[in-house]
Amino acid sequence: MAAPLTLLLIVAVTIRAALNRSSLAELIAERVEVVSPITAWKRVIEGLALLDLGVSPYSGDVFHETPLIIYLFHFLVDYAEITFMLADVITAVALYTAVKDYNKQVFRKQKFSLEADRYPADCRELIRSPKEMYYIPLKVAMFYLLNPFTILSCVAKSTCGLNNAVIALFVLTTIKGNVLLSAIFLCLATYQSIYPLTLCAPAMLYLMQHQYIPVNFWRASFWWFVVQYLFMYLGSLFVIVCLSFFLLGSWDYLPSVYGFILSVPDLTPNIGLFWYFFAEMFEHFRLFFLCVFQINVFFYTIPLCIKLKDHPVFLMFMQLAVISIFKSYPTVGDTALYLAFLPVWSHLHRFLRNIFLVSCVLLACSALFPVLWHLWIYAGSANSNFYYAITLLFNVAQILLVSDYFYAFLRREHHLTYGLYLKKKDGSEATLVLK
Amino acid sequence: MAAYRCLRCAWLLLVFISSWYVVVSGEETTQGDDRVSVADNPQIAADTAEQPSEERRWEATQVDKAVPDDAAAAAHKQDFPVPDSVLTPTPQFKDTFKEELVIRPLHSGDIYASFQFRTVWETDFTRGSKVSHYRLFPKSLGQVISKFSVQELHISFTQGYWRTMQWGQPYHPSPPGAELWVWFQDTVTDVDATWKELTNVLSGIFCASLNFIDSTNTVRPSASFKPLGIANGTDHRFLRYATLPREIVCTENLTPWKKLLPCGSKAGLAVLLKSEKLFHSSFHSQAVHIRPVCQDPQCKTMSLELRQTLNVVFDLHTSGQGKREWSLFKMFSRTLTEACPLAASSKIYIDITDNPQEEQFEVSPATPLLSQAVVLGDRRTFSVYDLTQQVTFGTVRSLNVLIRWKSTEGDMLRPLLHAERYVAGYGLQTGEIHTLMYNNHPFRSFPVLLLDSVPWYLRLYVHTLTVTSKGKDNKPSYIHYEPSKDRVRPHLLEMLVQLPPHSVTEITVQFERALLKWTEYTPDPNHGFYVGSSVISALVPSTVAINTNITEEQPLFSTFFPCKEESSYFVRVYTEPLLVNLPTPDFSMPYNVICLTCTVVAVGYGSLYNLLTRSFQIEEPNPGLAKRIANIIRKMRGVPPL
Repeated sequence: MAAPLTLLLIVAVTIRAALNRSSLAELIAERVEVVSPITAWKRVIEGLALLDLGVSPYSGDVFHETPLIIYLFHFLVDYAEITFMLADVITAVALYTAVKDYNKQVFRKQKFSLEADRYPADCRELIRSPKEMYYIPLKVAMFYLLNPFTILSCVAKSTCGLNNAVIALFVLTTIKGNVLLSAIFLCLATYQSIYPLTLCAPAMLYLMQHQYIPVNFWRASFWWFVVQYLFMYLGSLFVIVCLSFFLLGSWDYLPSVYGFILSVPDLTPNIGLFWYFFAEMFEHFRLFFLCVFQINVFFYTIPLCIKLKDHPVFLMFMQLAVISIFKSYPTVGDTALYLAFLPVWSHLHRFLRNIFLVSCVLLACSALFPVLWHLWIYAGSANSNFYYAITLLFNVAQILLVSDYFYAFLRREHHLTYGLYLKKKDGSEATLVLK
Repeated sequence: MAAYRCLRCAWLLLVFISSWYVVVSGEETTQGDDRVSVADNPQIAADTAEQPSEERRWEATQVDKAVPDDAAAAAHKQDFPVPDSVLTPTPQFKDTFKEELVIRPLHSGDIYASFQFRTVWETDFTRGSKVSHYRLFPKSLGQVISKFSVQELHISFTQGYWRTMQWGQPYHPSPPGAELWVWFQDTVTDVDATWKELTNVLSGIFCASLNFIDSTNTVRPSASFKPLGIANGTDHRFLRYATLPREIVCTENLTPWKKLLPCGSKAGLAVLLKSEKLFHSSFHSQAVHIRPVCQDPQCKTMSLELRQTLNVVFDLHTSGQGKREWSLFKMFSRTLTEACPLAASSKIYIDITDNPQEEQFEVSPATPLLSQAVVLGDRRTFSVYDLTQQVTFGTVRSLNVLIRWKSTEGDMLRPLLHAERYVAGYGLQTGEIHTLMYNNHPFRSFPVLLLDSVPWYLRLYVHTLTVTSKGKDNKPSYIHYEPSKDRVRPHLLEMLVQLPPHSVTEITVQFERALLKWTEYTPDPNHGFYVGSSVISALVPSTVAINTNITEEQPLFSTFFPCKEESSYFVRVYTEPLLVNLPTPDFSMPYNVICLTCTVVAVGYGSLYNLLTRSFQIEEPNPGLAKRIANIIRKMRGVPPL
């Protein structure tokens, strides 16, 4: 398996290096779909220039990345291209290893269940074979590295690539069962953009499953583990926040990074739902809707945890998807991360209801983004509504995609318990409905 | 032995007595001195108090010399109780008023008229003393200055853009729109709040939209705007600078401005200020400058100077109907009949430097008075009409200066420094501001300070700043940059750039256009947003030595900017304001956007909610309507359902 992965990495790096050297690189770096006000490389450079001028990068409203990023690039600014390629490679390798491990566990669990004869007899079709699972990790790496979204993001040097790498490492360490490293990477991801905070729950669920701790509120071992994990997580968060403070000598970065993410003052168009909504918002409703939209991102954590408490990896995927759809400054790089998980759920394909439609819409939207942007901004023959309509459609498609996978996952679980070919009382073939 | 003791006692006694006597007599002499000083000073004070009241109307300069003693007397008055009858001065006027008009025929055939009215009032607002008696100085401004502890105030309203390359340097540069810059005294604690109040008050006084000055267009330049009058410190925390490039100047601003003049528009040069003519011109600028100035070279006393300036350029083709012939009547549709009675001096200067033999134009009526002044680094010759002399008005009792061109040839001296600015790039996403600065001096290079204040919605990227002269990188020796804060404060960029001789220096910086909230756009959003002029301040090498003694008697127009060196003079050049388009949302559909976005969020919420709360069940086919009704009837009958 190492050879195809190496080949894949070489191809991916070659594509990126070629694009970086072409005239397209500058064009891509300006695209609003690829870079947001937080992740734009131009703004990172601006932050460095401000540091050189002796001005705090957070005194203005151009730079919104975290202090660690600016200090990282203080040293690596000349090697930025390599850094971003490396981040992509790390993400891909981490996801590859994580998925490989996860598949092993899935297979082992399936074997136990089969030996215990837990599956109904007609579910043979749903049992996954090692042969079909063999190429999944490679497909995941391929889905990430060769996804045009990721390539664009890397060529534009969007710092989103670094966030993705941190999240991928978090997934890897969680699946490996390393509690401390998992907490540390989660804390890094949270530090970068707040939203990964919700990944705390799937991580804890997974680690508890890994350590055979029952999820039971009446058990001391459960609470002991939760306290342990939260202590590590919050402790490292505290350390990293203080470290940033000492690097800069002021707390300016807190409002400038997290206040900026939460209060959405920059209405530069992007692929998300926030920009046009808050550009057109009535001023006295602004705070209310801001709260509603931000709570919306965090809201799904608890119900999803309850529903998917036995499947923390799928829960992680759901959380990543929800974050990338509903976050305040999404870019295609965020989308690319959860799309990379799709091959892991390839066994759900038979239950997907509208995957064809959704993928067509996603493709069409991706093509229409630059077209309508050009019509609005350069040609002047369209207005903002055109671009906004495409962002709406893109988000609807993403929501349908995620909910479709969720539906398929739940349905497969149902079939694994009750049998695949369900019959009505009178013996005729029955159809399943949600009630 | 006893005799010896006696002798010793006597000697001691003698020593004691003599020393006592010395001490006592010493005390007496010092007391005597005191009395003398107390007695002497009132006399001096009384003398000085009487002196100006007799001679003031004729000799303004002598008053100045008497002033220090007068102040000293006032100081004594606080220290020693002196009989009031001795010190009470006869009512005296410590303010003088001068007016002048400079006319400069321009080579393009246009004509430049610059009015200047100066009131100097020997008073001190800075010590917090209450001033309630006003004579020539306008009370409305005096109250504002004392209430807000203003050290210096400069305000200008300009319609049109000064074309430096065609017209040369103006006497009083000003940017298009409104400009306001104020130095506060260092006793002001909350400068921002005071500034806010001050702009609102000035807005009322001048009937202008100065109340639109807020933190988003106010900056604190660190080097470009130094106090023009005397000042203790130049801590830029007490400086505020703001421009409103969109401000439109018209009659409603001129009327309150004229009302500040001692004679109003009833007499003197101000009768020429008729708005129907003034605003029918290609450039119009009116300004008020208040600053503390020295009265004498030693700077013992401070006085408050109010300069009201009005500059206007009449166009050859629109105002002059294409004829190269100008007269006061043609320009202002008025002639002069008298000076302002309150004015100590009232003069008209006509720049005839380029016309020594009258080969270019002729000026009539001819005047024997000539004057030379060094202005803008050049020695200029002026014909002078003194309006305080009845001779000036001749037999017709009215003065109508006429300038008739004889030839259209002749070349203007190119201004040594000028600048222009424009926005490059296309589309509504990004852009680039180009500022070009020309040094036309053949062999001298000189440094200039560039000040750029750019609104927050054009996000400047300072790392893209490039300065090039003669194709080479020209690194600024000083950069002061304050990045903007969204909806709070603008960008401020100040640079010290050395301009090589005979060169063009190009400064470029990229920016990104922000999408604003729909309520933040102006009512005509597709007209674009104005960006105020860049300010270029420079010490330009002068061809002639400049008189650095500012207290000497000179024409007013040559003393606006104080000179510290003889070899260079201060110039301020304003570039064009920019008009930049921003991307706009669709203003007609806030409801639609709110509904549609909420629908998408609801789709997300609904589909997840559906999957989270429901469980899979086998579908039981719905019985038909007829069957259901039949079942209800059967239930009522007590029969088992179908």
